[in-house]
Amino acid sequence: MFFRHSLAVAMKDLRSEFRTKESLNAAFAFAAMILVLFSFVVDVGDSEILYSMSGGVLWMTFLFSGALILNRSFAREQPNDCLDALLASPLSGSALWLGKALANFVMLLAVELFALPLFGALYNLTWTRSLGWLAVVLVLGAWGIAVVGTMFSALTVNLRLRELMLPTLIYPMLIPLLMGAIRLTTILISGQPITGDDWIWFRLLVGFDIIFTSLALLLVEVVLLG
Amino acid sequence: MIALEADRVWKYFGDYPAIRGVSFAAPPGACVALLGRNGAGKTTLLRMLAGLSTASQGNVRMLGQSVRSSEARLAIGLLGHGIGVYDELSALENLRHFATLYGLDRPADAAESWLERVNLANVKDSPVREFSRGMRQRLAVARAFLHSPRVLLLDEPFTSLDDRNIALLQSLTADALRGGATVIMSTHQLREAMELATHAVLLVRGKLGYFGPRPLEMLEDSGWLYRQYGEA
Repeated sequence: MFFRHSLAVAMKDLRSEFRTKESLNAAFAFAAMILVLFSFVVDVGDSEILYSMSGGVLWMTFLFSGALILNRSFAREQPNDCLDALLASPLSGSALWLGKALANFVMLLAVELFALPLFGALYNLTWTRSLGWLAVVLVLGAWGIAVVGTMFSALTVNLRLRELMLPTLIYPMLIPLLMGAIRLTTILISGQPITGDDWIWFRLLVGFDIIFTSLALLLVEVVLLG
Repeated sequence: MIALEADRVWKYFGDYPAIRGVSFAAPPGACVALLGRNGAGKTTLLRMLAGLSTASQGNVRMLGQSVRSSEARLAIGLLGHGIGVYDELSALENLRHFATLYGLDRPADAAESWLERVNLANVKDSPVREFSRGMRQRLAVARAFLHSPRVLLLDEPFTSLDDRNIALLQSLTADALRGGATVIMSTHQLREAMELATHAVLLVRGKLGYFGPRPLEMLEDSGWLYRQYGEA
């Protein structure tokens, strides 16, 4: 029943979003804007510098545009007091959180899939050399952002300045995840082999995702009901 | 077993006590009219009864269990101030979503059947944002009644409904009562509520003024109880 409930919430959120395209269109446009602006900052003729910055540019793009998606997550339940209807139903807070995290994860992946080819085209870089491992990093990173972002979206949903508060709260929390994701993405896009020391970043991503998923599942009921 | 029980419940917002030591117990099959002037604490109390807000002191129990237990939540049908449905989804999608959350066997069939009962079957695939206020309220009624709840919590349920739809809601509530459900109904539309009420709770500035069988005098004079407690 728990996973059936989570799936129902995720499908509902995705259906709502794909119908209105409120946050996805904004996130795509913002991602494109960030990539274009960064292309003015760096010398696109110097491929060595470009490869060394690739992970940072990409994850800043995912993070900034992803905040637009995460902000809408629980805010979507505010019109018509839908959150009350959900919380009064047999849906548990953790199933609600997981459903929303899944929907956000899918939308963050969509932003990544949109931004990567655009990044390759704008910066004239080949980013497909280690596609399999890159996909793993993108998935682990997106899940980490979805987990923390969905939790804080629940926490900030009733704040008047939630659009500002959410990024302010989640960016510091995501620093360990970003360090690992940026480092690994830079290595993989540059086509370098992953050496023994770099595996610790993979372990960091996996550990971050497991710890924050567990914490969110445990704490979300308190966050939602006080 | 008592259907719904508030035991010395207090609710503070900061230092302000919005609910002050309220106790009452609704027996199964009762229809309790929750009365009080604006700001008396009706919605605050209903939110605690629905498990949407925790009491600062005291206990709320439903069917002998905590209101946040999964059994209690399966038993609740809530019609709050907001209609609790999504504007961008169709009427059918909304009801199917809630039918899934309540674990109904055939969510789509249950949704279609309730859309028929509230006369929205002809617009079932239209997005709710295109609905009039009355249609939205009827959809909210269908959402609250969808899973045949054992305890119905209705906050101003007659708002936005015309006389025909008030009669429809009264008939659905009467059906639920005949089926053994307990109804707690907060309302300012006393005449409509008194036709159904078996009990009354009067809140006076957060305190319990009266709890007991609905006074017979209220059938003739719906403001009678208010006057007895200086709330005229």
